[in-house]
Formats: sequence, structure tokens, C-alpha cells
Amino acid sequence: MNKTVNQKAWFFVIPVFVLVAFNAIIPLMTVVNYAFQETFGNNVFMWEGTRWFKQIMLSERFHASLGRQFLFTFIILFIQIPLGIAIALTMPKEGIGVPVCLVLMSMPLLIPWNVVGAMWNIFALPDIGFLGHSLNALGFDYNFTQQIGDAWFTTILMDVWHWTSLVVLLSYAGLRSIQPAYYQAAEIDGASRWAIFTKIELPKMKKVLTIAILLRFMDSFMIYTEPFVLTGGGPGNATAFLSIDLVKMALGQFDLGPAAAMSLIYFFIVLLVCWVFYTLMMRNEEKS
Amino acid sequence: MSLELKNVEKKIGLDTHIYSTNLKLEKNTINILLGSTLAGKTTLMQIMAGLDKPTSGEIWFNNENVTGIKVQKRNVSMVYQQFINYPNFTVYDNIASPLKITGVSSDETKQRVGKVAELLKLTGMLNKKPNELSGGQQQRTALARALVKDSDLILLDEPLANLDFKLREELREELPKLFENRDCIVVYATTEPSEALLLGGNTATLQEGKIIQYGKTLDTYNKPNSLVSAQVFSDPPMNIAKIKKSGDQCSFLQNDIQWKTKLNIKDGEYKVGIRPHNITTYKDGKNTLEIKGKVLISEISGSESLIHFTNGNLNWVSLSNGVFQKKVGDEMNLYMNTDEFVYFDQNERLVSNG
Repeated sequence: MNKTVNQKAWFFVIPVFVLVAFNAIIPLMTVVNYAFQETFGNNVFMWEGTRWFKQIMLSERFHASLGRQFLFTFIILFIQIPLGIAIALTMPKEGIGVPVCLVLMSMPLLIPWNVVGAMWNIFALPDIGFLGHSLNALGFDYNFTQQIGDAWFTTILMDVWHWTSLVVLLSYAGLRSIQPAYYQAAEIDGASRWAIFTKIELPKMKKVLTIAILLRFMDSFMIYTEPFVLTGGGPGNATAFLSIDLVKMALGQFDLGPAAAMSLIYFFIVLLVCWVFYTLMMRNEEKS
Repeated sequence: MSLELKNVEKKIGLDTHIYSTNLKLEKNTINILLGSTLAGKTTLMQIMAGLDKPTSGEIWFNNENVTGIKVQKRNVSMVYQQFINYPNFTVYDNIASPLKITGVSSDETKQRVGKVAELLKLTGMLNKKPNELSGGQQQRTALARALVKDSDLILLDEPLANLDFKLREELREELPKLFENRDCIVVYATTEPSEALLLGGNTATLQEGKIIQYGKTLDTYNKPNSLVSAQVFSDPPMNIAKIKKSGDQCSFLQNDIQWKTKLNIKDGEYKVGIRPHNITTYKDGKNTLEIKGKVLISEISGSESLIHFTNGNLNWVSLSNGVFQKKVGDEMNLYMNTDEFVYFDQNERLVSNG
């Protein structure tokens, strides 16, 4: 077969190439540029090789914020995923309840991050906030601005409030796509409610749950605005998650080199975890 | 063993889904529920199974009132139009699942699953998961699950509807064998008259939530009690024309074609139903009555030709063996077999045959 050669086809690739270059490659390369050099401003750069990477990888401060980050993400996934599925299971399947529940569930998702942070900050203030004041009135010694445990508790509660809805909506969509015949067939077999959940509902929800876990992992791992407004990373560094620490380093201390190196490491961690998780989930999918 | 519906009625809100129905199904029979979509086949089956309660009326099984007894407590199995299997179980575990729940020993389970798998040609696939199988094999797995359990009542709700043509033909031929020598009542819902004829047994024709006629499949086909029943049991649809009878002469109202009849009925106006395969493009044996037609559509289906034509102000459908290609607008002669005409009175009840 004779193939026609037509170099004009390249013109069709150019728009995509330009777009990707502007929104991904060029900004990323700027960071890469900073990560390997030292600058004192005035566009003067000195080559530093892998020095910043070594410095970050060995830094106790980085280890601490990375540890906090993983702990936070695991806690919120551990709460939000089961809670989201549980709520989705109890939501009505037909009638006027469906739109009502869906709209109510979507509400937290529509509120801007910084507003969520500000809301919870005021809500949790020990002296005037409803939550803070009530807890203290009930006899709990609660002060999220001073006590580490309280700061974590409040941050986690805020994130659960803000984001469980996403898991609920995805799980609900997954559940609704299961044909009623599956439930009838299980009923005929005499399967228990628990068996229906583990043998039909969970396997059928696997794909949406994979998406839900991935989205919640990425979002929570990169969380910035809400804890920044709520606790500012405090007390001390107790809630300084990776991105808060990063911004402190880049803009607070103006350590551009180490901050750029940290950004890249951060980026690769997110990428790696998502890739490993997705591959594991989908490998089983192909097998089954 | 028998299943009896006594004045069963199902209403949802103001809608009546099943009008008061009486039906008695006997042991070791295949019973076909034949009707178009929304005729109430599925609703009726779910009531029979105990998946759904009738609004009023009773269901009796073996001379015992089982109305309101849940499906788990009854020995029922069901196969659906969709291929319903446990997605994470292997084919073996899927077939074995009803046995496991009832606590059958593992040796017996193995033996029974093996037997059913062989019957349904699944032996080589026992370790696969449902989504590794073709649609036909998935439905075979679902069928095996229904058969492994020795149910008293097996319900099949359009089991072949989602399969492609070849697989449907293949499984359709095996089905009657599967139900042979089984001590149970089989109920089979379908929209296709040809499936009912192939499975034999008894057929109930349904329309809009009513059972129009119930009896031996061939009787229901040959002696429809009404025009509606005849329509449900005819694919392509039956041709209907108004006729006038006077003495032993019959004639269509819209043209002057006449024929003689031995029918012993009063003179007057009637409706006649003519099945498409009783109108052919060629004269043979009993197809002798000539009718002129102008071709509307000509289509070929398998080794048969469907020709839609007009005569008078009526549209007719003819079905002939062999492959013919006719042009739209062609004038042609067609031939009808007057012995096979089905006569209905003005109220569309059967008058007589032939």
C-alpha cells in the first residue's frame, strides 16, 4: 500500500503541543530550573547539582511534614470512604427524597476552600464559636489554637464535613447503576444483607470507589487553604502539612532552591502513590 | 404439584398492572407467558416467585396458600434478561452459590455443579469469572445456577432477549431439553411467538395486564379465542380485514374478491384474520385465492421474503419461503389459503376456524 506523505499534518498537532507546553511543561521546567540552581535575584544563577534534593531528603523538617501529611491523608480516607459508602447505602432510591438528598449532599462541595476554613475557624473558637464553646461548656478542655490534639481533631472534622459528600455522590452513582435483578437474584438465593453488600454491591462499586479514593488521596495530600485559614499550620508546626510547609519555605524564607526541590519530590510522591494504587486496582480488574 | 393464582390483582398507585387473574399451572409443564413489552409478564412472574405481593388475590402452591411468603422460604429460581451472576465469583462458585446457602455438602455440591455444567457446556469454564465469558456463556451460567437447585418453580424472564442471533438460536434449541425430566413447573416469558412454538407446553397470551387466553401452545396458536390473542401470537402481525358473509359466499368489504366457506354462521359482517405466511407470492396446494397487490416494502429475512403490499385501502403483509426481490410500486398477484382464515365477530371474539 502506498502511504501519502503530507507534512502539513504537523500543523494539526501544534495547538495541542502549545497548550500542553504552556499549562504543564513550561511552569514545571521553571521549578526544575530552580531546583538545580542557587539564585540571589537579578537573574543570576549558580549551578548546584543535586544539593537541594539531598538537603530536603535528609531534612528532619521535611520528614516531619511528610509524616503528618501521610497520617492526615490516611485518617481522612479511613473515615470518609466507609462513611461515604454508608451514607450512600441509606439514601433513598426513588421519590422526592432523591433530589433533596443529592442537593443537600452537594452543598459542602460548593463552598470555596477559604470560606470553609474561615467558617470552621469561627465555628470552633473556644470562646465564641458554637462548636468550641459547646465543647467547653460540656466540660471538654477544647482549644484548637493551642492544643495539638484539638487542632488535628478540628482539621479532620472540617475535611470530613467538606469532602465526604464527594464519596457519597460517587458511591450513590455506583449503587444506582446496579440492576434491580441482582438484588432479586440474591434474594432468591437467600443471601444475607451483608452478603449482598460484599458479593454484589462492593464489586459493582469497585471502579467508582477507585476513582473516589484516588481523588480524595490527591486532594487531601495537597491540602492547603483550609488548614492554612483554620490553624495556619499551628499550634507550632503541628498541622503544617506538606504544602503549608512548602509555601513557608518558598515565600516565607525565600529558599527557592530547596522549595523547588521539595515541590518536585512532593509531585513524584503523589504520582507514585496514584500509579501504584491504580495499577493494583486495575490489575485485579483485568484478571477477573 | 401445582401453582395456582386466584383472582390475583396488582395495582401500583392508580395504575393497574395486572387485572384479576386466575391461572393454574400443573407439574412438569413449561408455561409460556407471551406478550409484548409492558404486558405484565415480569410483574406476574415476580408475584409467582414471591418477590412481589399481589394487591389482592391469593397464590397457592401444592394446595397451600403461599401468598406473602417470602421468596427465600420458597424453592424458586429465576433467570433474567440481563446476565445476572456474582461478579467476583468464578463460574463454579456462581453455580454452587444457591447450594452453599442451603448447606449442601461439598461432595454433593461438586457432583451437582459438574452435572449441570456439563449439561450447559460450561465444563471448561468453571474457573473463569463472569466478565471473561461471552454473553451466551454468562447466560448459561445463570441458567446453570437456576437448574442446580432442584427448584419447584423455575422462572425465566426473556432469557434470550439480550443474546445475539446465533447464540439465541443455539440456546433456544437446547432449552426444551434442559427442562425434560424435571420435577418442576417452568414459566417462561417471551415476546416472540416463534419461541413459544418451539418450546411447546402451554401458552398464555397477555396484553395490558390481562391474560387473554391460556391453553396448549398449539391450541392457543391455532384457535385464538379473540383477535387480540391472535395478534399477540402472530409475528409479523396478522392481517385483518372486514368481510361480508351471505350464504356460503364471503367477500372482502373493500374489494370484490369472493370465496366459498363451509362456515355455519349467520349472514352478516365479520372480521377475518390472515397470518402472513398464508399469503404467498406463488400458487401452491391450498393457496388459491388470488389478490392483486402493489408492493410497499419488500424485505428478506433469512430464507423468507416479507412483502408489504396494498390492496383496496388496506396494507397487507405476506411471508413466502424463498428469496424474492420486488421493487416498490410493482403490481403483483398474491395467493391466499382460505382454509386458514380465522373469523372473528364484530366484538373480535373467535367465531370459527376454517
